[in-house]
Amino acid sequence: MTAPTAQILSLPELILAFSAVALLIWGAFQKRPSILLSAAAVGALIAAAIVAATGPLGRAFDGGLIVDAGAVFSKVVIYLTSAVAIPLTDQWFKRRGVTRFEFPVLVILAALGMGMMVSAGDLIALYISIELQSLALYVLAASQTDNEKSSEAGLKYFVLGALSSGILLYGASLIYGFAGSTRFDLIAASMTNGAGPGALFGLVFLICGIAFKVSAAPFHMWTPDVYEGAPTPIVGFFAGAPKLAAMVLLARVLTEAFGGAVEQWRQVLVAMALISVGVGAFAGLAQKDLKRLWAYSSIAGIGYALTGLAAGGVAGIQSMLMFVVLYVVDVTGFFACLTALTRDGKPMQTFDDFAGLARERPAMAIALTFFALSALGLPPFSGLWAKYYVFKAALGAGLAPIAVAALVGSVVAAFYYLKLIKLMWFDPSPGPTDTPTRAASLVTYAAAFFAFPGVLVALIYLDPLAYAAAMALTAR
Amino acid sequence: MIIGLFHYLAVAAALFTIGVLGIFVNRKNVIVILMSIELILLGVTINLVAFSTFLHDVVGQIYALFVLTVAAAEAAVGLAILVTFHRVRGNIAVDDASVMKG
Repeated sequence: MTAPTAQILSLPELILAFSAVALLIWGAFQKRPSILLSAAAVGALIAAAIVAATGPLGRAFDGGLIVDAGAVFSKVVIYLTSAVAIPLTDQWFKRRGVTRFEFPVLVILAALGMGMMVSAGDLIALYISIELQSLALYVLAASQTDNEKSSEAGLKYFVLGALSSGILLYGASLIYGFAGSTRFDLIAASMTNGAGPGALFGLVFLICGIAFKVSAAPFHMWTPDVYEGAPTPIVGFFAGAPKLAAMVLLARVLTEAFGGAVEQWRQVLVAMALISVGVGAFAGLAQKDLKRLWAYSSIAGIGYALTGLAAGGVAGIQSMLMFVVLYVVDVTGFFACLTALTRDGKPMQTFDDFAGLARERPAMAIALTFFALSALGLPPFSGLWAKYYVFKAALGAGLAPIAVAALVGSVVAAFYYLKLIKLMWFDPSPGPTDTPTRAASLVTYAAAFFAFPGVLVALIYLDPLAYAAAMALTAR
Repeated sequence: MIIGLFHYLAVAAALFTIGVLGIFVNRKNVIVILMSIELILLGVTINLVAFSTFLHDVVGQIYALFVLTVAAAEAAVGLAILVTFHRVRGNIAVDDASVMKG
């Protein structure tokens, strides 16, 4: 049997690329906006996920594209969460009287970039895929063009995102110069006698660039502003899948290209993890806006994921993957809930807006309670299992002090999660809310069901898949 | 004096630093930030081409071409976002981009 060709290995990405172009042409020539276009976009993403899940494994394009269990696992999650974002965005904008066919196309392009990120095996592929993803996300963040906050969020996201791409690229150029190649396996081969100072200098820049993209502290300053300003369903989209893509990319660079310099990069990751958990917990205490609050919550979440990655090895990478996947479902559900709820046509964003929600919309309040408890890490919700994997890996790698510090961070963060629950269940309501949009409530309930009890069943399937993915990512 | 790899790297590092400082120190105009981003990317391009020549490896120059292409796309997206910002806000001063604190 011959090895699968490059075209077959990159089929999921080809499907997305061609459907993005086709949908763009369709959208430009259609007489009036049609729901069919969005449905086709969702179909393309699901088809890409199915093809990725069933396709062959291998390497193509001279090592630039790596399709292994790790890439496939991440791609399926990324494409499916991107597919969820399309109906949410459509309905949210329709309520505001805006129908644009560009949104599904941009979501597909971002998903394509993320799919390439998790498969990148080369510094060029790394840069191109990150940029493809980022450029689509900048436009999505600024897409509510009549809103001051949205355009400001887009501008801030663009400036800091472009800066982080520049830093990442500077690091990549130094690694290329001092290691002599852009391919991860050849970079690793050049470092059999230990990494030189030039390449390590480049690696630090590269890690900083990716840390910007996953909003790890101290590179998190754009996150709260962008989350607050960008349209809610879009925030739900880029709080989830891009984090997974960037974390998998980071794991691949660190283990495949810099597996020989574990001691050097572990210190950087540990420092970032601790700062992220601290910033997420303490800065979150002062927030009044739920979107800002969840931005800090996501910063803390990335801190846990980095702890798992710092632990290294199969157990560490597996814990990182499990944490991020469970987190992605949670955060998608949470922002779907914010998307669904409005009062007198205005979005509900602050703590005060959610007072007494349990009497207005009991089902939504229960779902939000589930998400808050899950983010807090209370048993038996999905967040607990996510943190369980991370702490187990950290303890196994001898990082017990860091695990304890992360645990303290969780306890501090409990304050704001419990405050939200108390407000919803025990405080008087300021007035009735509008009927939630159908797609958004469906996603909310599905994600809440996943948080508990669905996660108990899902873990049985996710655990071996994440293990196989971690095995593939650590294999050299 | 023979111009070696080090000199090119020094120029690239200087351009990169000027670009980064330009983003953080500049408090006037967003267009200046876009120019700073271009400086960063061009600094990296010099790095890549210098390494490529030094290593006798063409991949660095291919990388540089990709960077130039992406820089053009990035400038286009940045200017488009700037236009929407200007439409809502009426100016493009950096200090005015502060409806949200932080």
